[in-house]
Amino acid sequence: MTSASLWRRPDWGRLLPALGPLLLFAGWDVVVRLHWVSPVLLPSPEATLVALVTGMAGGALAADFFHTVLRTLEAFAIAAVAGVPLGILLGSNERTYRSVEFLIDFFRSTPSSALIPLFLLIFGVTDVNKVAIAAFAAVLLILFNSAYGVMNARKQRVMAAKVMGASKWRIFRDVLLWESLPSTFVGLRTGVSMALVIVVVAEMFIGSENGLGHRIIDAQQVLNVRSMYAAILAAGTLGYLLNVLFLLIEKSVVHWSGR
Amino acid sequence: MSQDTIERRPAPALAREPAFVPGPVGTHITIRGLTKYFAGTPLYENFDLNLPKARIVSIFGPNGCGKSTLINMIAGLVPIDAGQILFDGKSLRETTIGYVFQNYRDALFPWMRTVDNIGYPLQLAGKSPAEVARRVEELIASFEVKFDLRRYPYELSGGQQQTASIMRALAPAPEVLFLDEPFSALDFEMTLFIREKLQDVFMRTGTTMILVSHDLEEAVYLADQVLLLTRRPTRIAEIVPFELARPRTTATLSEPAFIKTKARTLEIFQREVRK
Repeated sequence: MTSASLWRRPDWGRLLPALGPLLLFAGWDVVVRLHWVSPVLLPSPEATLVALVTGMAGGALAADFFHTVLRTLEAFAIAAVAGVPLGILLGSNERTYRSVEFLIDFFRSTPSSALIPLFLLIFGVTDVNKVAIAAFAAVLLILFNSAYGVMNARKQRVMAAKVMGASKWRIFRDVLLWESLPSTFVGLRTGVSMALVIVVVAEMFIGSENGLGHRIIDAQQVLNVRSMYAAILAAGTLGYLLNVLFLLIEKSVVHWSGR
Repeated sequence: MSQDTIERRPAPALAREPAFVPGPVGTHITIRGLTKYFAGTPLYENFDLNLPKARIVSIFGPNGCGKSTLINMIAGLVPIDAGQILFDGKSLRETTIGYVFQNYRDALFPWMRTVDNIGYPLQLAGKSPAEVARRVEELIASFEVKFDLRRYPYELSGGQQQTASIMRALAPAPEVLFLDEPFSALDFEMTLFIREKLQDVFMRTGTTMILVSHDLEEAVYLADQVLLLTRRPTRIAEIVPFELARPRTTATLSEPAFIKTKARTLEIFQREVRK
């Protein structure tokens, strides 16, 4: 019966995720209208959104956005190309992993931003520096997750391959590599988020002529709050989209995960 | 992953072993002087056993007596501390075996389609895609598979997954098929179905089968011999023959010979548990 489905009540539950942002903007609007916060510090949401849209539609914001994306992806690519194979290699030799585990855990726990001055000494105030420090921050996350993926491979799958007469190499290629994928993807996803964070920080504090970090700190210096908030929203959107993108890739590659 | 648990160790040098005593005619697997310690206490000590060829042997015994460990040692999945295990005089390396795990979920490879899972041991053996396809077709016909093998294992029901694991184990036409509690994660309907299929395969191919079971009825129903084990350190309590003709059916379950054998094995089992 099509008439029944036509008359069905709209599914309001699907709109729930929009509620939070709407409330945030409504609250923001109230705060500005009632002058609870000086307009010098907080522009109205409409003005910010207009700045965001016009900035992204061919304005200077789009160029900065593009530079940040580029640096983040460069750093991420370097980290992934180095981290995944190294992690899998270390993971398949647990004794080697144990011998470097402390180093990995130590530097993984060190806030990478604390290393910015050190990287400045090595690379100078260059673009390479920003990418290098972000790649360093991401590579340990990726490496560690890939290694654990191999080490936590389901024993019975390895045994099944063994009992079918698989050689060490075939077990590695046909079982361990696949078993490590779900964990590797967790590493790649957290790695790309970390790369973005460090790129933005680096753009703020390592002399930069472009990028979202540079734009945010520049706008703050001249109290161009509208531009600053627009850049913050752009950075948030970028982080969110990267996460969604990686979740989608993960779901299609590691289709068996969680089943 | 700890490497040593899955390492196949070479049989110890023959010279240091006592003179090899072959099993009676029709023996397939000879186990001599098998010793295995767990955390300093012996699980098996100087254990001897003959397993007959082209027969189904069910292994039954008290909890913790090492039923699964025994077949895992024979299949090379658990290293042995001492002793020798031969298949018609050959080493494990020279023998094709099949193994069906209790937990089919963690035995199949979820990144491969079910049909590729079944063909995997053949692919490992270096068979051409055409040969693999032919053999898989054979298995599909003999198992009367009605579900779509192009699906991934996780898209199948438990019974279908276990059917696929058995097909995979049988794909290289193994000399010995090991079954480690293959029914215990299945519902009753599926248990009956797979039991019939195994009997069917056995009657057609005469593959030696070693079945670990925790269900006495099941152990007796399929078996030519029920191997009853003692508490650890594990010894043979008794080997009870059950020579009823095949095919056995659900009617078998109420036949006097079946009931008598089941009662006999239960009696031995209870005697061993109370010791």
